[in-house]
Amino acid sequence: MEFTLFTLLNGISYGLLLFMLSSGLTLIFSMMGVLNFAHASFYMLGAYIAYTIASRIGFWPALVLAPLAVGMLGALVERYGLRPLHKYGHIPELLFTFGLSYLAVELVQLVWGRTALRYPLPAALDGPLFTLFSTSFPKYRAFMMAVALAMLGGTWLLLTRTRIGLVIQAALTHPEAAEALGHNVPRIFMWVFGGGSALAGLAGVIGGQVFVTEPAMAATVGSIIFVVVVVGGMGSLAGAFIASLLIGVMQTAAVALDHTLGGLLAVLGMPPGQGPGLSHPLLTITIAQTAAILPYVLLVLMLIFRPRGLLGTRE
Amino acid sequence: MNPQAIPTTSRVNPMTTTPIKPGGRPAKALAYTPLNLGRWLLWSAYALVLLAAPLVFSKGSGLTMLSQMGTVMLFGLSYNMLLGQGGMLSFGHAVYAGLGAFFAAHAMNQASIPVTLIPLVGGVAGMGFGVLFGYVTTRKAGTTFAMITLGLVELVFASALMFPGFFGGEGGITTNRVYGGQVFGISYGPQLQVYYLIAAWLFVCSAAAYAYTHTPLGRIINAVRDNPERVEFIGYDTRWVRYLVLVLSSFFAGVSGGLSAINFEIVSAENVSAARSGAILLFTFIGGIGFFFGPLLGGVVGILFSVLLPDYTAAWQLYLGLFFVVLVRFAPGGLGSLLMLLLRTAKFGQFGSIAAPLARLSLAVLVGVAGLVLAIEMTYHLTQDAVNGPEKSLFGVLVDTHAAGPWLLAGALLGAGMVGWRLARPGFAQAWDAAGAVIADMIRRNA
Repeated sequence: MEFTLFTLLNGISYGLLLFMLSSGLTLIFSMMGVLNFAHASFYMLGAYIAYTIASRIGFWPALVLAPLAVGMLGALVERYGLRPLHKYGHIPELLFTFGLSYLAVELVQLVWGRTALRYPLPAALDGPLFTLFSTSFPKYRAFMMAVALAMLGGTWLLLTRTRIGLVIQAALTHPEAAEALGHNVPRIFMWVFGGGSALAGLAGVIGGQVFVTEPAMAATVGSIIFVVVVVGGMGSLAGAFIASLLIGVMQTAAVALDHTLGGLLAVLGMPPGQGPGLSHPLLTITIAQTAAILPYVLLVLMLIFRPRGLLGTRE
Repeated sequence: MNPQAIPTTSRVNPMTTTPIKPGGRPAKALAYTPLNLGRWLLWSAYALVLLAAPLVFSKGSGLTMLSQMGTVMLFGLSYNMLLGQGGMLSFGHAVYAGLGAFFAAHAMNQASIPVTLIPLVGGVAGMGFGVLFGYVTTRKAGTTFAMITLGLVELVFASALMFPGFFGGEGGITTNRVYGGQVFGISYGPQLQVYYLIAAWLFVCSAAAYAYTHTPLGRIINAVRDNPERVEFIGYDTRWVRYLVLVLSSFFAGVSGGLSAINFEIVSAENVSAARSGAILLFTFIGGIGFFFGPLLGGVVGILFSVLLPDYTAAWQLYLGLFFVVLVRFAPGGLGSLLMLLLRTAKFGQFGSIAAPLARLSLAVLVGVAGLVLAIEMTYHLTQDAVNGPEKSLFGVLVDTHAAGPWLLAGALLGAGMVGWRLARPGFAQAWDAAGAVIADMIRRNA
């Protein structure tokens, strides 16, 4: 009971963080038709910039300023890097973002060094929120979930309930028609790209404390959010939400489980070491050891059995 | 760079072979020439370069670097069968080379196959995994293909660490290439013999890969890259075409993996990593994905960047990344396309008219790059190496990173470079367009 509850809570908070990242990625994908390889780099930059701001003027300003800075950076990248490449097709655009992701790691090392940064928590968010049985749930995790949910709600309201959101939706699905109505579609794309990057930056500010702030953090989460986007269905926000939670809970649960296939056989009445092949390495791997590959297994299975993803509309 | 800079490999349009010109005279039909002298010369020159390279670069680590270049060039060739010729952007090609290398290393430890044929073991292993994994990855093209390959490489990498029995865990597996004794005086102990083994395999595989581009499969994959829908309409299964090409490509990747296993005598999980796959993507693109020889060029430049440069600076990856991003942004055809464009102007005798503007532009770039390098090196010194005092030796000059002077100099150089670029670019663009117009005119008149 205790284990299930806390695994679920931790999994959901991790999943929500993944969704903060994958929502921006999905928005940008539906806009440009190109997966932004540098998206996780914006997440990393968010964490690092927030670290610098937080150590100068405090955590709360950093929570606002760092995403804004990352968003501006994203808008600049779209305007001066990606837009001129658009006429060459998708591969140069994808490669450009790939090159940026490579550069971001190097730049971060250049400015902040190669070691992981220690990142003090603000006093209001330090300590446990509640203790149930013998495990306590940290306040910061709850804060992370709250921010993610607020952001989710805010984005949803912005996209569906405001005029700006309607124009964005129109520009995503019918760019020519929106342009004919007098909207500056390239500029909308630039701001959507900037907005998506800002969301990634916000995820970085929050995630940088729970997970480590280090130059490898973009690579760690980068491939996972691609899995999320493909499993959820390319371009589907709701799909990305479900896939984020699914993968978040799955990975968190798997890390905590110490069972092996051999152990399962033993429970079924076949103790290991008896009979040929029962000491095979495959039988001694714990579920925790497989946690790293689970998202990718899910990806491959999904592509074999349901290539368009959970809620995707296009193949 | 103008849009024509995007090269296209050997696209043959049957509609243009026999047009009737306005004058009424039928244009020359394309005739089949049995002996393509230029091609023979080019390939002989290639073989000569491969033969003579170790005589020129025999000092120090030159030979090891040449051997590494050879394996990377072959890996790049195999990668370009996907990216350049098939339009398949793979982020996981190291899977085939790496698994090929593991099988080659295990075969060497068995010591039953002569070392000369070990790359074949790697090739067959790579191809086997191509058959297995390619079936899943090539179901999709485009962005989805790229994502699946990324997932696949992460999957294989994580699995490699899970099975230390075969993959040797973090340390990898070591092997020894001198088990065969001396055959015709060749023991593969000296690096020179290993180099020639690599060069021979590289030459044979390049010839095979080039011949493949002239087969129906090699042609139809170009069509699948450019317009899959039409290919479906003329009755080909695009997925099957992609699958076959991936299987072939994974064979060559496996051969290069086998060669690197012989060269380094160690194979670790890093060989199947996303980082390795990303590196080959970078190198191939730098060389130019639109040309058959692009990956060969990319292999040379890439190894210079990743093996030679680290001797001089800790920031080499930053330079490699910057170079790549600048190329993608300004010359999406890579170095190969720049080279071919210059050769083309020279061939039509127009090089003289662009030489001066080009020199001015290059000077501006050089000044700007010098300022950038100075700034980057000083920043690196401040953040990474500050314990050794504020001074750093750059190009033989001791620079004080705490003084304002060097920083001002770096800023001034960078600024001058940018201003120079702004000033020189219009002149160059004008000269370039004029030369292009002259060349187009010449072609029109001679056709």
